[in-house]
Amino acid sequence: MRLVVRGGEVVGPDGPVRADVGVEDGRIVVVGPDLEAPGDARIVDATGCWVGPGLVDLHAHLREPGHEEAETIESGARAAARGGYSAVVAMPNTEPALDTAAMVAFVQARGREACVEVAVAGAVTQGRRGELLAPMAEMAALGVRLFTDDGRGVEDPLVLRRAMEYARGLGARIAEHCEDERLAAGGVMHEGALSGRLGLVGRPALAEELMVARDLELARLTGCPLHVMHLSSARALTLVVAARAEGLPVTCEVTPHHLTLDETAVEGYDPLFKVHPPLRPRADVEALVAGLAGGAIDAVATDHAPHAPETKDRTFDEAPPGMLGLEHAAALTLEALGGAAASAAAFFALLSRHPARIAGLDVADPRSGLGAHGGRVAAGEDANLVVFDPRRRWRASREDLASRARNTPYHGRELTGRARALLVAGRVVLDAEELA
Amino acid sequence: MSVASIRGRSLLGLADLSREGVLEVLDTAETFVEVHSREVKKVPALRGRVVASLFYEESTRTRLSFETAAKRLSADVLSLAVASSSVKKGESLRDTIATIDALGIDAVVMRHAASGAAEAVARYVPHVRVINAGDGLHQHPTQGLLDAFTLRQALAERAGVSGPDSGASLFAGLNVLIVGDIRHSRVARSDVAVYTTLGARVRLAAPGTLLPPGVASWPVEVVDDLDAALTEADVVCLLRLQRERGSGTFVPGLAEFTRTHGLTVERHARLRPTAFVMHPGPMIRGVEIDSAVADAPNALVERQVANGVPVRMAVLYLTIAGLGREAG
Repeated sequence: MRLVVRGGEVVGPDGPVRADVGVEDGRIVVVGPDLEAPGDARIVDATGCWVGPGLVDLHAHLREPGHEEAETIESGARAAARGGYSAVVAMPNTEPALDTAAMVAFVQARGREACVEVAVAGAVTQGRRGELLAPMAEMAALGVRLFTDDGRGVEDPLVLRRAMEYARGLGARIAEHCEDERLAAGGVMHEGALSGRLGLVGRPALAEELMVARDLELARLTGCPLHVMHLSSARALTLVVAARAEGLPVTCEVTPHHLTLDETAVEGYDPLFKVHPPLRPRADVEALVAGLAGGAIDAVATDHAPHAPETKDRTFDEAPPGMLGLEHAAALTLEALGGAAASAAAFFALLSRHPARIAGLDVADPRSGLGAHGGRVAAGEDANLVVFDPRRRWRASREDLASRARNTPYHGRELTGRARALLVAGRVVLDAEELA
Repeated sequence: MSVASIRGRSLLGLADLSREGVLEVLDTAETFVEVHSREVKKVPALRGRVVASLFYEESTRTRLSFETAAKRLSADVLSLAVASSSVKKGESLRDTIATIDALGIDAVVMRHAASGAAEAVARYVPHVRVINAGDGLHQHPTQGLLDAFTLRQALAERAGVSGPDSGASLFAGLNVLIVGDIRHSRVARSDVAVYTTLGARVRLAAPGTLLPPGVASWPVEVVDDLDAALTEADVVCLLRLQRERGSGTFVPGLAEFTRTHGLTVERHARLRPTAFVMHPGPMIRGVEIDSAVADAPNALVERQVANGVPVRMAVLYLTIAGLGREAG
């Protein structure tokens, strides 16, 4: 035994249980009370903390290649580690897009040098232009399990139908950014009374809801698993819940920002709060929070979207959409789950177990070289583990980020809950919030 | 969250300005009207103060009247010709403002195509007074103030009273009808705010596509029957179609817009004899307003332009004179 995670509450099917976790050669070798450790074993203190599967982010924009001034795979991975993530799914809207095996292999190679595991989502269409299918089979051969044109959805229903028919045969899942850009009409915030007053062009919730409805029907037709990304409207959630009840193969994620911020945040025209889909009215936020606790929502995903200061520091109309997420998501999810009263099981289901399953990261894959995530804390499992202190109070700061970018909307916000340590494939990459 | 006075503050919009704050501007503007009739049209109120004028969008009357107003108050005017400046080389708004600020300014008058641009500048240089000369679809506060000033002047003349003595009383229950492209109009947003603050009853008439989202939450009544509303209006304010903001695709065509919402000679005849016609300009004669109507005796269009100077003098004076030098 080379390493012992000592004194924590190990998260399991029957709630957290006080136990130590012994790790060797990248795997958990024993879980039990008061383990005896060899003198040279590294001890990770987990007193007062949950010990659970490392978090998995379904939705991270790591910007490499193309926008390394905003983020790199290396810096994004460090941000993920500080957030408690053992694996992140890199979005394909880089420049150029991740739409070939060569591009996927490039990101995988960079990912292998990073401190957390980096899975790749491939583009659905060539160049994410929504016209011709990208070579999904050759990307799937490298272990790609999730395909998306995120940044936008696949607008043409015929193209999406073919993509879903094609992906189904590959055992892959299509993840969609659901917003009909024609209806969104170039809007920059939620359409409603507030957009009318502020004189900003609105993106109606209908743009999201119609696309969700269309995509659900295409999932019904094709049988292809569909993942609805960053769901933000109460009505769209109702559609997803109804489709799931009918047995359609659909999952959905929400972001920490759609759970914790509402449209009034944009009243000062600060582009830090500009995001697509936009921040919604309070009633939508409340519906999402209720859906989170009630199990209607499968996963919390960050939509971590770094932007260099000079691109974000423009007028609200001109600034690109998106905000940072990886370093604050866990605390914000805990807050949305009710803070101290939140159950560890719900927390790890939303941030680890479900996203790992949706991304196909729940089993090790020799094609990608990635280990298993989101599993049980039990002997024989890959040692991708987070030690998370659910009571730790801290203050978010734009000065204290591993990300290259600074576009967090949470600067100054009081948070509760923070990763104390993180093991990736048995290696300590974070201990007491210091990067190892 | 009402602002009692613009004295020493930025003027970004009219939504929060109290009735007293509006009347202070109108009454101050009355005192500056007299300057116009002097042989030497200048007062020393802002001598030694520097006003930057920064127009990112084209403008005729707003820019000219602001710069005229600043000069009549003896302020120095730094006028940035955006089209031939570093802005064209890609300089950001923040850097442009920082550059101008470094030259030492007391106030900046800015027009910009982006809603919220004035708020952004106020955030960048909190020690400088920002006067919004129109930001995107959001607000055009000095236009709203000069519209209210012009209307009060006309109403007061007819009633044989002095404008300042009348306060806001002439607006009580006044039936103001605003017609045209409300959705894309910053003037409409400022006019609605100032007229309702002064006690008027505001109605809007527009094709369904040119009403703003969430108009039900505005303190106005939306009317579908323009012809009926015209017979009840004390004043009708026309707005042009903002084709540069894409509103051309919101209606089937100009001819149809004129047919449904233009103030034609026939519609003009439906107005009460006492009703006034207003237009913030630029007018597109033959589209939202017939040429004969624009020149009719009850049209206040030229007065609106003329009053731009005293009202903007009042705004510059109040925002800057209330500002201690040490604050900079």
